[in-house]
Amino acid sequence: MSARSDLLLSLADDELIVGWRDSEWTGIAPTLEEDVAFSSIAQNEIGHARALYELAAAELGTNADALAFDRTPDEYRCAPLVELHLLEWAHTIARRYLYEEADRVRIDALMRSDDSELAGLAAKIDREETYHRLHAEMWAERLRDEPRFRAAVEELWPYALGVLEPELRPELARRVGLETAAAKERGEHTPDLAELWSEMTEVRRSEPGAEW
Amino acid sequence: MTVFEVFRQERKGQPFAHAGSVEAPDAAFADAWAREQYGRRGESAALWLVPRGSIHAITDWADEFDLKYRRVDGYSIKARLKEARERALGPAAESR
Repeated sequence: MSARSDLLLSLADDELIVGWRDSEWTGIAPTLEEDVAFSSIAQNEIGHARALYELAAAELGTNADALAFDRTPDEYRCAPLVELHLLEWAHTIARRYLYEEADRVRIDALMRSDDSELAGLAAKIDREETYHRLHAEMWAERLRDEPRFRAAVEELWPYALGVLEPELRPELARRVGLETAAAKERGEHTPDLAELWSEMTEVRRSEPGAEW
Repeated sequence: MTVFEVFRQERKGQPFAHAGSVEAPDAAFADAWAREQYGRRGESAALWLVPRGSIHAITDWADEFDLKYRRVDGYSIKARLKEARERALGPAAESR
C-alpha cells in the first residue's frame, strides 16, 4: 500500500471512529440542544470519513463502504484517542476538544500539501470544522476551571498527541497549553476498538456481499 | 437556562421570520446551538437570537364597539355572493 493510501486511511479511520463514538450520545446528551448539535457534528465527521475513503478507494480499486466496514479491526489505522468508549461528559468533551485541536493542526498541514486533490479536500473539510471548533472551544472555555474537565484533558493528553505525526505535536502542545509528553501512538489498538467494530459492522456482516 | 427565540432571514434583504427557539445557559451557547439547528445547511442568511424575556408581547385586544368593519377582512362576501346568485338565477346556480 502506498504512503498516500496509508495516510488517507488513517485520516478516514479517525473521522469514522470519532463520529461513531460521538454518535453514541444521540438521545442522551445533557440537553436537547446539545444533543442536536453533538449528533450533527458526529454525522459531519462520518461524512468527512466517506470523502477520504473515496479518495483511498480510487487508488486501491475498491469502494468507501468496503474500506469502512469490510476490514478486520487490526487493519484500521485510527489513533487510540478516537477508540475510547467514554461514558462521561467531561471526558467526551475533553476528547472532542483535543481531537478538534489536533485535527486543526493536521488539516492546516494538509492544506499546504503538494497533493492538490488532498489539499482541496482538506480545505473543504476545514470549512465545516470551523463549526466544530466553535462548539468545542466554547465548551472547553466554559469547563476550563472544572477539576473533572482538567483531569479528563490531562488523562487524554497522551492520546491526543498520538493523533499527530511527531513533527506536528509541538504545535498542538502550544495550542492546548500543555507540555509534549510520551504519546499513545497509532498502530496498537485499545480493546475498545474490537467491541465498537463488532457493533459497527454487524449489519454489514449479516449479509456478506449484499448491495445496500 | 434562558429561552432564546430564533428569527431567521432566508436571503439578504428579506424580512426575518420566527423559526423556533433554543434553550441555553447564555448567549455563547445559544449562538453555537442556533447555528447548528437553524443555519448549518445554508438555509439562513442571518439569524437573530432574542431572549424570550426581552420580547414585549401584546395579546389583549379591546373591541368594545365591534369595529371589525374597519378591517379589510371584516366582511365575508362569499355568503352574500351566494345569496345574490340564487336571487338572480335560482337554485340552479349551485351547479355552476
